[in-house]
Amino acid sequence: MEIYGYQRKPLHSDAVSTLPLYRSAPLLEVRLEDFERFAIDRLRVLKGISDGLSRGKKPEEIENLAIDLWKANMRHPDASEVVNKDIIAHFVLRLVYCRTEDLRKWFLSMETALFRYRLRHESAEAQRALMAEFDLPYKAVSTSEFESMKDKLGQVARSIGQPLTPADTKFYTVPFEEVPELVAGRRVFLHKGHAYVAMNQVVSLVATQFRSHLSKALILTNRKWTSSIREQEKDRLTPIVEALCTSYLGPDYSEPREFAEISIRDIDQIAMSSFPLCMRHLFEKLREDHHLKHGGRMQLGLFLKGVGLKLDDALAFWKAEFSQKVGAERFDKEYAYSIRHNYGREGKRTDYTPFSCQKIISSAPGVGDHHGCPYRHFSEENLRAALGKMRVNSRAIEDVMDKVRNRHYQLACTLTFEAVHGTSCDAGINHPNQYFSESQKVVQLKVDPVVV
Amino acid sequence: MTREEIGNGSEDMVIDECEPEGRERNAVPDEFNPNYLKVYYGKLFPHADIFKWMSYGNDGKHPACDQSYFGRREFSYTLDNDIYLRFQSFNSASELENSIKEKCPFKIDIGPVYSVDPAKRHAYAQTGDNVFTPVERELVFDIDITDYDDVRYCCSGADVCLDCWPLMTVAIKVIDTSLRDDFGFNHILWVFSGRRGVHCWVCDGKARRLTNEQRASIAEYFRVYKGNENNLKKVSFTGLALHPFLARSYTEVLKEFFESKLLSSQKLFSTEERYEKILEMIPDESITSELRGKWQENKRSSISKEDTNVVRWQQLKHILQSGRLKAQGLRKCVEEIVFSFTYPRLDMEVSKHMNHLLKAPFCVHPKTGRVCVPIDPNCCEEFDPTAVPTLSKLLEEMNMGALRADVGNEWDRTSLGKSVRFFRSSFLQPLLKSCKEEIENSYNAKLQHSKNSMSW
Repeated sequence: MEIYGYQRKPLHSDAVSTLPLYRSAPLLEVRLEDFERFAIDRLRVLKGISDGLSRGKKPEEIENLAIDLWKANMRHPDASEVVNKDIIAHFVLRLVYCRTEDLRKWFLSMETALFRYRLRHESAEAQRALMAEFDLPYKAVSTSEFESMKDKLGQVARSIGQPLTPADTKFYTVPFEEVPELVAGRRVFLHKGHAYVAMNQVVSLVATQFRSHLSKALILTNRKWTSSIREQEKDRLTPIVEALCTSYLGPDYSEPREFAEISIRDIDQIAMSSFPLCMRHLFEKLREDHHLKHGGRMQLGLFLKGVGLKLDDALAFWKAEFSQKVGAERFDKEYAYSIRHNYGREGKRTDYTPFSCQKIISSAPGVGDHHGCPYRHFSEENLRAALGKMRVNSRAIEDVMDKVRNRHYQLACTLTFEAVHGTSCDAGINHPNQYFSESQKVVQLKVDPVVV
Repeated sequence: MTREEIGNGSEDMVIDECEPEGRERNAVPDEFNPNYLKVYYGKLFPHADIFKWMSYGNDGKHPACDQSYFGRREFSYTLDNDIYLRFQSFNSASELENSIKEKCPFKIDIGPVYSVDPAKRHAYAQTGDNVFTPVERELVFDIDITDYDDVRYCCSGADVCLDCWPLMTVAIKVIDTSLRDDFGFNHILWVFSGRRGVHCWVCDGKARRLTNEQRASIAEYFRVYKGNENNLKKVSFTGLALHPFLARSYTEVLKEFFESKLLSSQKLFSTEERYEKILEMIPDESITSELRGKWQENKRSSISKEDTNVVRWQQLKHILQSGRLKAQGLRKCVEEIVFSFTYPRLDMEVSKHMNHLLKAPFCVHPKTGRVCVPIDPNCCEEFDPTAVPTLSKLLEEMNMGALRADVGNEWDRTSLGKSVRFFRSSFLQPLLKSCKEEIENSYNAKLQHSKNSMSW
């Protein structure tokens, strides 16, 4: 992999851990087919984690899934080559996923998740060694300090459902800035800017470091890719690299495709027939309240853009509603900007992409918000009522609720689709715009039956 | 407006008193008026203090001072007719002051300190090397009473009264204590937002340098309230205990406030509709129907002097906390209810990103005419939003003052004086002292470092 131009670092044969930190690309010879095959094997693991996350699986479930996927895909017949395969695959995917902001973001979260799960499976010794390697600014809490803090530390442990055992006496303090995840989840005791981190939470410390290193590295790789590698390798690696990511990220819904345009006139009828529940809910709330908060405007607005609503129509559509509540003048002043913004006509002029299910499921709607995934964010009662309104029959509702209880929100949406349309949807729903286009296919088929 | 004109203006008003319609004019009509604003910016607005604050000691003579610091700060103006000017920047106190006086903005927002002068961002964009990006920003919080609409019955929307304002007081107490004790911050400024809420500026060096991710983690740490009208449970505690921060907030602030104030001031149990909302939070049919039965029955019989709301709350607590319940989970319902009604609700997005703008202190709210004055977190319960000086009141006081001997600052003779003095003594002076120390320390560390590298 000399194309990276990094210095070779000797691989320690006596390393305690088999978990590499991917600090630098090793100088190894790689056969072209291995280059691609290893990368695909690793992608299977990352994709599996990504699917698990978007289905809303519990952390433990995803962890087991990740470890199983890893074992199944990242083997190598030659045991001494396992680590090399790991490293090569990682660096190939860095090339593949360095090229746009979205790709980097996805890769960064999935690799960090994978790293975390693998790290948790390491021994305490190996974890300590990794911590030393990252040179983390932690300080061990002395026994006397521990005794004085014991009550508070115990209280935190109970609050997260993991009561301290007599063996849990090892704590470290770090500046709270170092452990944002633990702070966000109130999983540590904080005192005067210091977070008291339990040994088993050290994983989080190390994973944060891993993430920030990788994030910086991806930016650098991207620069190298655009400045030289893409051109130098245009006959050899570039086609492989470009093919690898598109085959796995699913279709792009930023541009409307088959059903090129819809007009405001038809929008109510189309909403009834072909919007997924999340969008129907927003749409109905908008009609009802003549207002939606920011999160809702983004989610519905970008969806409508993906569906084929042109900018002028979008402005007219939103204005018709909002002006009933805030007046036309205030709409022009305060809201029109963000709609043009969605269409890339304002601000940094990014053409924003409609939200995927994964993004919608992981959003956190607050007071007065209507965005998010109804299957995840509605109470059972409200969800049942909403499904009833979509004329989903009671048997199907039970099936949907069953999926919801197991946190398979996308499957719940898929079942709803099937119940509403009376056809199966084998691909499953993973994007509201996909729901829409699948639905339109069915609807059009009913309107113009294909003559055989 | 020049000094002379103002002089004439106030003279006019003094003379006006003799005229028949003068009484009204001297009283200075209460509504907001751009002309008053001009006088306010000319005579009362503490330009120099805002400059001192936003310089964080970098306006000094010390060799480690970053002279470009203040000039890289974004200010933005909302002018009359909602014209919005972003990316304004100034290189000195007088530039800032002159610009404010000239433009007379209805609202001044403060943004982050950028890597380069925000007014010249396009020029830098071409060179490619200096990326235009925020590098420092106070950690800010925005709490708005409209987010409490589902738990207050006295007002709704932008309205606020002395019955619901204490919710803000509680928010200040809870967040302020945690920022100091848990996160170790010291330089915290609370400001009345002019109408319906409060803003908080955390100005310690380490707060200003937090990344977006770290800001989000703090905002999340404070977030308890989840959900909306689409799902029932607003607050839900799943663990076996409350996190020490929540436990402290509960025992030191929330419980007492809920039981001795909010219950009666908002009459939380007074009607069926209201108590049903609370019963909804208890996931046990038998308990809710028992309570409901009691309350429907004794609708008329309770002529006792005791407040129904308090009595019913005691009954609810008694049942939920009595030993006969096997399900431990129900005990925490009491806490969940109290948190639902009283725990601070932050506008998360404002805190999460460095480049979110926030209205500057001492601005005048264009709807209420009230000045965004600082609030002392140590005696925030004494703060009365309805007694905050309005623009017209200040002008009146100035008119009166003009009759007296000309001593001290203009604002010293108005009710704004107290706020400016508080801003200086409790916030600005300690802040600048620690900025100076920080600048000296970093300079010494650098000297030490270069000495070490020389001896190599």
